[in-house]
Amino acid sequence: MMKEEEPRHVISLILENESGALSRVAGLFSARGYNIESLTVAPTNDATVSRMTIVTSGSEEVVTQITKQLNKLVDVITLANLTAGSHVERELLLIKLTGSQSEKNTAKELAENYGGRLLDSSNDTYIIELTGTVSELDEFMSHLNSSVVLEVVRTGASGVGKGSEVLSY
Amino acid sequence: MDLPTAFTKNLTGAAMVPKCLSDEGVRYVFGYPGGAVLPIYDELEKQDRVNHILVRHEQAAVHAADAYARSTQKVGVALVTSGPGVTNAITGIATAFMDSVPMVIITGQVPTHAIGQDAFQEVDTVGITRPCVKHNFLVKNVDDISITIRKAFHIASTGRPGPVVVDIPKDITTEKGKYFYPKSVSIRSYDTDPHVDIKEDSLEKIISLLETAKRPMIYTGGGVIFSEAHEELKSLVRCLGYPCTNTLMGLGGYPGTDPLFLGMLGMHGTYEANMAMQNCDVLFAVGARFDDRVIGNPKNFESDDRKIIHVDIDPSSISKRVKVDFPVVGDVRYILGKMNEKLKSKGSISRNKAALTEWWKQINQWRSKNCLSYDRDSKVIKPQMVVEKLYQLTADQDEVYVTSDVGQHQMWAAQFYKFDKPRRWINSGGLGTMGVGLPYALGVQLAHPDATVLCVTGEASIQMCIQELSTAKQYGLPVKIINLNNRYMGMVRQWQEFFHGNRYASSYMEALPDFVKLTESYGHIGMKIENPSDIEGALKEALAMKDDLVFMDFITDQTENVYPMVPGGKGLSEMILV
Ligand SMILES: Cc1cc2nc3c(=O)[nH]c(=O)nc-3n(C[C@H](O)[C@H](O)[C@H](O)COP(=O)(O)OP(=O)(O)OC[C@H]3O[C@@H](n4cnc5c(N)ncnc54)[C@H](O)[C@@H]3O)c2cc1C
Ligand SMILES: Cc1ncc(C[n+]2csc(CCOP(=O)(O)OP(=O)(O)O)c2C)c(N)n1
Ligand SMILES: [Mg+2]
Repeated sequence: MMKEEEPRHVISLILENESGALSRVAGLFSARGYNIESLTVAPTNDATVSRMTIVTSGSEEVVTQITKQLNKLVDVITLANLTAGSHVERELLLIKLTGSQSEKNTAKELAENYGGRLLDSSNDTYIIELTGTVSELDEFMSHLNSSVVLEVVRTGASGVGKGSEVLSY
Repeated sequence: MDLPTAFTKNLTGAAMVPKCLSDEGVRYVFGYPGGAVLPIYDELEKQDRVNHILVRHEQAAVHAADAYARSTQKVGVALVTSGPGVTNAITGIATAFMDSVPMVIITGQVPTHAIGQDAFQEVDTVGITRPCVKHNFLVKNVDDISITIRKAFHIASTGRPGPVVVDIPKDITTEKGKYFYPKSVSIRSYDTDPHVDIKEDSLEKIISLLETAKRPMIYTGGGVIFSEAHEELKSLVRCLGYPCTNTLMGLGGYPGTDPLFLGMLGMHGTYEANMAMQNCDVLFAVGARFDDRVIGNPKNFESDDRKIIHVDIDPSSISKRVKVDFPVVGDVRYILGKMNEKLKSKGSISRNKAALTEWWKQINQWRSKNCLSYDRDSKVIKPQMVVEKLYQLTADQDEVYVTSDVGQHQMWAAQFYKFDKPRRWINSGGLGTMGVGLPYALGVQLAHPDATVLCVTGEASIQMCIQELSTAKQYGLPVKIINLNNRYMGMVRQWQEFFHGNRYASSYMEALPDFVKLTESYGHIGMKIENPSDIEGALKEALAMKDDLVFMDFITDQTENVYPMVPGGKGLSEMILV
């Protein structure tokens, strides 16, 4: 869990697409007691590497240690602390809801206001898809009556730096 | 990477292993057989370029290989079977990891198709070793064996060294494949690490900071040993004429008998080294990591104002526990070399003469406390006296190595044996692993057959790998074991005396074996020494037995403590003195 006082950092990594690479990163965070809010990872257009976004929090010193320790992992090719510059972040939310037709309409309308959409509708349940910043998703969810929420699936943030700066390897 | 000119085809994976080792120039592999590595053992037996040393417990295999590495400049190699072979090796691997020792550990694994089936003697080796290795590999294809082993040696020995595990499933060792052992490898995710060269202006800044220091202190650690920077360090320290201290891992990096040397610093460091460390205005830290056993409580340490320059090859060692003003990422030998060049090219160095005179006066005052003094007229053997005599009797020999275990005896060895050369003091600092002493001595003796190898141990530690007396017999390794037998886990007893109201919970060593008989039963020579007046004669006698392992059981004062002592969590200047 994130502590309120500690600044949030988004770290973007490129690592070898090897079976053990993810556990090395995850193991580093647990072994050294670093916070981890979310972690997303998938291969890129280059199948030999994976791109990972880690959202963490900590003081300047702690986050510096985190990036140094990540860099030390043999599977990590390169990394950047996106929070240090301007960047964009997006997270995907899939949320399964239930409720009356009018509740459903309200939720659908709310989602559309946030740029989301109704993805599936079954008898008494329906699924909304929404992407946005972490705080946009939090805000959207805060408008929903918790009694209609059946399942919440969030991917955690993915991020990329803006402008000509490219995380290359 | 070299282009493969010719592949040697049709080698089994098992045959590749000794071939890789011999292509790598490995002379000894320390190991213990079992089902998953039998094909490899079969192939080891068929060749004679790589010698296998059979230990009696896998932990000792890793320790011996570790000491082989520490005392040479080479990578230590161990070979163990899957499952319990691996779990037994873990302590050894973690020990090497904490002290940044270059090693390659080859582990057998159950056949590829059986992985994940809870197969006989299966453990997730890559998973279980991950937190205590620099890197590890599971080889999935016979054609990958040679390149993976080459990469393992590369990773283990470059940058900040460390142990690397190569896990090889049994089926792969019986398959045939391509063998190619390149001279060099490149690993994009590893080699592309930014190598920060020192910029001219940083070099100038550091030198001018050192030149203008009023109360300078030079603090060096294991990094000096690993990078073979002792000559560069000696030139620099002598050129500046500044006081120098070493960590436990750095002993021998600067000559222990030099007047500029203040002794070891830290929890059991000398009064003068700790006071100078705390009171200096410019601290030059070289290949040392500001360990908690060294600076005590960081808050306390930082309460005095000083500028810190820190040279380390691992960026994560810098500003980890103590904030550093002038970080320099790089190899110690290279950076010190640059500094020496710079100083030389300047012709004369300016120094703050008046302030330095004051500083040395202060240091000599601290020195005059004589913090390592002990009762020399004691009727029972004082452990310090044993080490002191041992030093006096061996100081004139060229090649003497001292290994140690963990406890009070280790600290007395560090305090009372003066190391003038690097790689002569072999002990477990970071993990503090009891049991290393004897296997360390065996690894060192194999690496240096003509050297005198001394193992300063305690009656509790030695029992943790005592079975290796058998290995010593098999290979004729004439190490000298100096057992400082206080019938206590002395270090534990000392803490209980100081911090747990003299309640000696489970620190008394009951039912000790008769070490003389025990040693004799393994075919070695045992001696028991009970009187202070017999110390010297006994040591001389034992040292004269060049071809025999001698176990010297010194019955020492049960209540002796290690002084000075900085209690845990306290500041460096809050030492408990004798
Ligand atoms: C019972 C007990 C008591 C102890 N008491 C003390 C004590 O009183 N005093 C004491 O000092 N220790 C003591 N220790 C040891 C302590 O726990 C640490 O192991 C030790 O202090 C670490 O030494 P170091 O800082 O030299 O680091 P090491 O562990 O030797 O690390 C070496 C550093 O050098 C760097 N490095 C490696 N290669 C290079 C290179 N080529 N170029 C540049 N940098 C490089 C590494 O990145 C690392 O930061 C004790 C241990 C035990 C078990
Ligand atoms: C494997 C292991 N277990 C426990 C400890 C904790 N420990 C540190 S020193 C010590 C006692 C060592 O006793 P001995 O070998 O007799 O040495 P002495 O301190 O008496 O010189 C113990 C138990 C350790 N360092 N390593
Ligand atoms: Mg003891």
